[in-house]
Amino acid sequence: MKRTGAQILWESLIAEGVEVVFGYPGGSIMPAYDALLDYPNIHHVLVRHEENAAFAAGGYARASGRVGVCMVTSGPGATNTVTGLADAMLDSVPIVAITGQVGSAFVGSDAFQETDVTGVTLPVTKHNYLVKDVRELAQVMKEAFYIARSGRPGPVLVDVCKDVQFASTDFDYDAITVRLPGYQPKLRGTNQLIRQAAAYINDAKRPVILAGHGIILSSAHDELRQLAEQGHIPVSTTLLGIGSIPASHPLNLRMMGMHGEAWANQAIHEADLLIALGMRFDDRVTGNLNTYAKHAHVIHVDIDPAEINKNVLVDVGIAGDVKRVLEQIIPLIEHQARAAWFAQIAEWQQEAQSRDILGQEDDTLHVPFVLSEIQRQTDPDREAVTVVTDVGQHQMWTAQYFRQERKDGLLTSGGLGAMGFGIPTAIGASFARPDEEIWVIVGDGGFQMSIPELATIMQEQRRVKIAVMRNGFLGMVRQWQELIHGHRYSEVNISSPDLLKLAGAYGILAMRAETKEQASEIIAEARSHGGPVLMDFVVEQEVNVYPMVAPGKALNDMLRRPVNERIASGL
Amino acid sequence: MTLVDRSTSAKNSTHVLMALVENKPGVLTRVASLFRRRGFNIESLTVGHTENPDISRMTIAVDASKTNATMVANNLFKLVNVIDVQNVTKEPSVMRDLALIKVKANAQTLFEINQMVDIYKAKVVDICAESVIVEVTGPESKIESIVGMLKPYGILEMVRTGLVAMVRGSGYFSGLPPAENGNGDAAAIYAEN
Repeated sequence: MKRTGAQILWESLIAEGVEVVFGYPGGSIMPAYDALLDYPNIHHVLVRHEENAAFAAGGYARASGRVGVCMVTSGPGATNTVTGLADAMLDSVPIVAITGQVGSAFVGSDAFQETDVTGVTLPVTKHNYLVKDVRELAQVMKEAFYIARSGRPGPVLVDVCKDVQFASTDFDYDAITVRLPGYQPKLRGTNQLIRQAAAYINDAKRPVILAGHGIILSSAHDELRQLAEQGHIPVSTTLLGIGSIPASHPLNLRMMGMHGEAWANQAIHEADLLIALGMRFDDRVTGNLNTYAKHAHVIHVDIDPAEINKNVLVDVGIAGDVKRVLEQIIPLIEHQARAAWFAQIAEWQQEAQSRDILGQEDDTLHVPFVLSEIQRQTDPDREAVTVVTDVGQHQMWTAQYFRQERKDGLLTSGGLGAMGFGIPTAIGASFARPDEEIWVIVGDGGFQMSIPELATIMQEQRRVKIAVMRNGFLGMVRQWQELIHGHRYSEVNISSPDLLKLAGAYGILAMRAETKEQASEIIAEARSHGGPVLMDFVVEQEVNVYPMVAPGKALNDMLRRPVNERIASGL
Repeated sequence: MTLVDRSTSAKNSTHVLMALVENKPGVLTRVASLFRRRGFNIESLTVGHTENPDISRMTIAVDASKTNATMVANNLFKLVNVIDVQNVTKEPSVMRDLALIKVKANAQTLFEINQMVDIYKAKVVDICAESVIVEVTGPESKIESIVGMLKPYGILEMVRTGLVAMVRGSGYFSGLPPAENGNGDAAAIYAEN
């Protein structure tokens, strides 16, 4: 069959099962947009800024486990996607980004809207392609999808010259085989490494499993649980590992790291064995590496061999798919009581209860209350509720207080920490999970980076519940300035427009809460409304996220919320 | 847990990696960009054709006192266009560097320079009234040695290719070993996904 490059783009996407594309047209991608009119099976979502096309594609991918697709034009369109690509790169999210490029004869001539996009995006993509010959296009598309979703997933960018979109060639997608001699993700560990890992686990007195995003990406939830239960080993998760084991599971110590639970950090600090599964020892989870888990042997399973021994030297490093590696290890694991270890952890947990902000007697409205209230009210429908956060204090509070029972219910920007992530990601997720309630938790800073997408939400009638935590500050930066920079507040006051009027201008139902009672009411009301809703929570201005491991400090050296004497004394 | 010590793998020593890469535009940029963004310290990098026109071969000399060579190899391997990587530092291998050295010369010193060139089994490949060009091939130590000997005459200009390496013996690193070749595993994952 003869097809133009533009037709090949869309027919490749259809062959890959793509139903929705997030994008924004422009000069160098116009042939593709012209051809789009002939492919009604593809739903194109017109975002309001190309950065959000990449975030939305990532949101779709995070929520569906499939490859998300965005399409933009050359030059500014393409450069605007860089933040979304970098986010997908650090969080291992499969995206294929299709960017228009100037005609192949003009490449390198500083033509109008020409940017060296494969050069610009080289460090923020898993791989990228510049297509200057239509005969390569279908092959490139097939490879791009394969690379994006296999191994350690990630973003792949395909830069397509405008003349390639016009040109024609023979096209048979099914006949194409992926030939990538240098790309062979490792899947299983060798028997010797598996036996070594099992021996360490069976010998350990104070083991902790560190469960990361890899568990969710490889759907190893059951294997993780089996390993933990069979060996009787507590599990702490990374931010992106939340959901790898249900929050209510008795072995779940919840999140580790800079704003992790105190007992989880204490357990890691005192552990004699860390079993790191699909995580990468990010500085936000280790604190100071010189003091990190000094008494512990380390087993590290990750599909990316370059992660092993990167930050932490390991005793057993297994490069492989965590699900398959756990399948190999589990039969060798013996049950151990480890009573002293669990007693110690329970003691730490008890001590932390008396510091919990939710136990404090005060009537002010703060974010942890709002989050636990959203969770309480949505709990009956929890398998159909997705929570998306932006970045900052509210993100850490969501990790702490929205207790995820669902295996993939939290979507958040972990590695990049990109403000402006939440709303476009929720738009993308809402296409992957059309029948679900999608909640976006966002601060007043991140919200104002994403306001244009309110129009997209309305145009596409997305059932997105936007909960703005408005404290008038860039809260996390303010917290650092308070605690680390001697209370010197520099450019952290942020005003907002009247959010009710703003939402009204977009035709979005909006409500405001200034008290706990009002908060509970508007959450209930928002849930009862079928369409998009914006909730303006006027929250306490200067509340800090605790615990906090200050930068450069040891993981067990945490700033804590003071003990509440009333709770501590059991009154 | 032990902290990764990026400096102790071999003090003041050079690790030599060989990499087979797809002969495609931009591959060198990908490799160079990787070294820059990971902060890898590279002493030399050579690229050239192999017997297979689709495959180029790189020899990368890593300053192991500053950079962990295994991390370099693992990260290189992550690049889609890199087919295989081997650390051959501890393998018995032939390592060669080629230098062209332009040395000041006159009627008096030319004789001495020629003698030295003979001893090192080097060659004078160009000669004019004020200078000669010496071509020398060998391991880096040999090149450094002749450079030291020629220095007193006045080195006007020097260029070196950087290290190239090949493992001795019957094993080879010039194609794709059949077992790991192609798309056996890849096709399986593809079908699964």
